[in-house]
Amino acid sequence: MAMTEGSHIKKHVVRSYDEDIEQITRLITEMGAIVEQQVAFAAQALADGDDRLARTVIDRDSRVDGLEEKLDQTAIKVLATRQPMAIDLRIIAMALKISNDLERMGDYAVNIAKRTIRLQSHSPMRPIPTMSLMAEMCQEMVKDILDAYITRDPEKAMAVWRRDQEVDNAHNSVFRELLTYMLEDPRKITPCIDLIFIAKNLERIGDHATNIAEKIHYMIHGDEINRSRDD
Amino acid sequence: MATAVKLDDLPKTMAVPQAATSKMAARKVKLWYGAKQALFDVDLDIAANSVVALIGPSGCGKSTFLRCLNRMNDTIDGCRIEGDIRLDGTDIYDPNVDVVQLRQRVGMVFQKPNPFPKSIYENVAYGPRIHGLASNKAEFDEIVETSLKGAGLWNEVADRLQQPGNSLSGGQQQRLCIARAIAVAPEVILMDEPCSALDPIATAKIEELIDELRQHFTICIVTHNMQQAARVSQKTAFFHLGKLIEFGGTDEIFTNPKQQMTQDYITGRFG
Repeated sequence: MAMTEGSHIKKHVVRSYDEDIEQITRLITEMGAIVEQQVAFAAQALADGDDRLARTVIDRDSRVDGLEEKLDQTAIKVLATRQPMAIDLRIIAMALKISNDLERMGDYAVNIAKRTIRLQSHSPMRPIPTMSLMAEMCQEMVKDILDAYITRDPEKAMAVWRRDQEVDNAHNSVFRELLTYMLEDPRKITPCIDLIFIAKNLERIGDHATNIAEKIHYMIHGDEINRSRDD
Repeated sequence: MATAVKLDDLPKTMAVPQAATSKMAARKVKLWYGAKQALFDVDLDIAANSVVALIGPSGCGKSTFLRCLNRMNDTIDGCRIEGDIRLDGTDIYDPNVDVVQLRQRVGMVFQKPNPFPKSIYENVAYGPRIHGLASNKAEFDEIVETSLKGAGLWNEVADRLQQPGNSLSGGQQQRLCIARAIAVAPEVILMDEPCSALDPIATAKIEELIDELRQHFTICIVTHNMQQAARVSQKTAFFHLGKLIEFGGTDEIFTNPKQQMTQDYITGRFG
């Protein structure tokens, strides 16, 4: 096993190098905080049928994109000027990938918000309870994976990684349940399709949380995780 | 591989386990400069046709170890060495080993280009002449041309072979020294920071050359430039205070070193 205690690593001889790395970690943290909120707002808007909150989610997406761009530029600059190695290289390379995951999660929150608005405009239909449960699970995953990133805790990241299966199961049951509604009443097809897409978006948010878990593991351990989920 | 001194001639107790493809193998190498111990029990295998990079902070023993590999330390007063270093299974510190022959098989390129104060041609032909590797002008011409081509210098000097070696640029001089090293058909080439006095383009040319030379020779290089070690070598050894701290695949050492000390050094966290 490689050195694991990412949080205990010593300072660089060149102090500004530490500042560069800290800035990258800070940008990911900031981006993650906004994305976490975006997912929470989107879930809330969906649960309450709240158009205004849904629009807030859509409007705030540019902040996520802006941070991703800033992170890209910072990481490229650090790569060019410091030629990082080992743990530093892994932190920077994984930050580039994690920011991509976060940006996608933000996009899915926006998609949920857009579908929520659509859902209100025609035949209003409340999300089914399993979907609320699914939304909660995803929010928890997003929150925990960001905590794992900030504390550099690979165990916590792995716990999130294992939870993805639950979200996938919930997604399947949501799909089946909505299918029965559509069969019962064809007028519900349009709103149910929207809900199916929303469920899919939630499921994808969970997937990206597990992606981040894998990247945290690599960042700290320098190797791939064992992909069987029963370990 | 055939060797001058047969393994069977040596006492059995001296036989050391050595990986089948190792060109050189060091076991428990200790070295003292007077009372000061500079190397502690270094074990290291250098595979044939590979590049091994030795890295570490100043004074860590990497150059000292490199110089053990062709007994360059023999000339230093008060230098004492223990342990076992083998070239194709033969103990190079065996009293029967001819040091001149050894240095023909294990050549060296130094930090500062040090061409002889002679013509470009003579710089390359000198080694083959003293080792009697050629008998007439045509043969010398051929060795000079092949060696200069091998060092990637031929196209730049073909029309001025009689000019002094030190009239060349720094990077060209270093490649001339590499041509001089390979002219005697060595098996191993030791390089002690061969690019530290060169600009980035000349450095790139040497690095490109190292990769080509690997097809025919086994190379051990000391470098302070971590990126260079990462680029040119297949295996990297990290030394600190005379000890070999970590030795492994270069990819592994620079992305995921196993030892905290290696990590601290390569990421700039030393001191």
